[in-house]
Amino acid sequence: MNWNSIGEFTAMGGYGLYVWGSFLMVALVAAAEVTQLRLRARALDKLAFAAGEQA
Amino acid sequence: MINWFKYAAPQRFYPLAGTLVRWCGWLAALLTLVGLAIGLLIAPTDFQQGEAYRIIFIHVPASWMSMVIFVAMAFWSAIGLAFNARLAFMLARALAPTGALMCFLALWTGALWGKPTWGAWWVWDARLTSELILLFLYLGYLSLHAAIDDTRRADRAAGVLALVGVVNVPIIYFSVKWWNTLHQGASVSVGAAPRMASIMLLGMLIMAIAFWLYSIAVTLARVRILIREREAEAAWMEQLKETA
Repeated sequence: MNWNSIGEFTAMGGYGLYVWGSFLMVALVAAAEVTQLRLRARALDKLAFAAGEQA
Repeated sequence: MINWFKYAAPQRFYPLAGTLVRWCGWLAALLTLVGLAIGLLIAPTDFQQGEAYRIIFIHVPASWMSMVIFVAMAFWSAIGLAFNARLAFMLARALAPTGALMCFLALWTGALWGKPTWGAWWVWDARLTSELILLFLYLGYLSLHAAIDDTRRADRAAGVLALVGVVNVPIIYFSVKWWNTLHQGASVSVGAAPRMASIMLLGMLIMAIAFWLYSIAVTLARVRILIREREAEAAWMEQLKETA
């Protein structure tokens, strides 16, 4: 383990902005992509349900 | 013997993809946790770059995926064009957004790594420029596909773009050898000892596998949506004919 405290971990030896800026963007992009796919799938479910009710 | 051609039919591929999405998704999440633990907690500080080097654990996997996905897109486009296979075209189309995002992440994390190590967010170096062109190729593929209303024609036109654009991938890969770039050479390559500590390498490879599994999971989830949209349209047409 390289870190003695949470503060040291978040500071990343002075490179915190760059390191966390990178990791955070990856997390955001992945979360956005997964959410968008879930919403699209749910919209299709609703559409299929509505079509089923009409039939 | 399993008859793999069976799965070329979208209605048979659909449930198989659903199972794969779940498995790959969970495995990706698990490996990401392991990779992050190694990358952020266990791996030692780099003697040259300090803690800034930790960006490697996502920069390299994202960059690899941006290239691998484009090659896969070109491959499925070629299969689609050669055999007129609709599932192959759907796979190519489903890969594109994930590839574009990986390409964006490679450039973003690269900029955040370049600033503290080179003193610049961006330089017009061969590696960076060819990766930027790859992003434009992804966006070009998606725009071209969106611009043509007839799905079959859109698949074919965008497929040709993917086949032509794939020549850019080896250019990106070999750019650090062919030209004198500010971007460092490969840390890991076939036939040579990796130029990094083994624990760092282990963390990076685990993250790379996690990125692979994530890409497979989201791509297959997108293929399932495309199958539903495209096949539902056909069913809808049937219903329309019946009522008319």
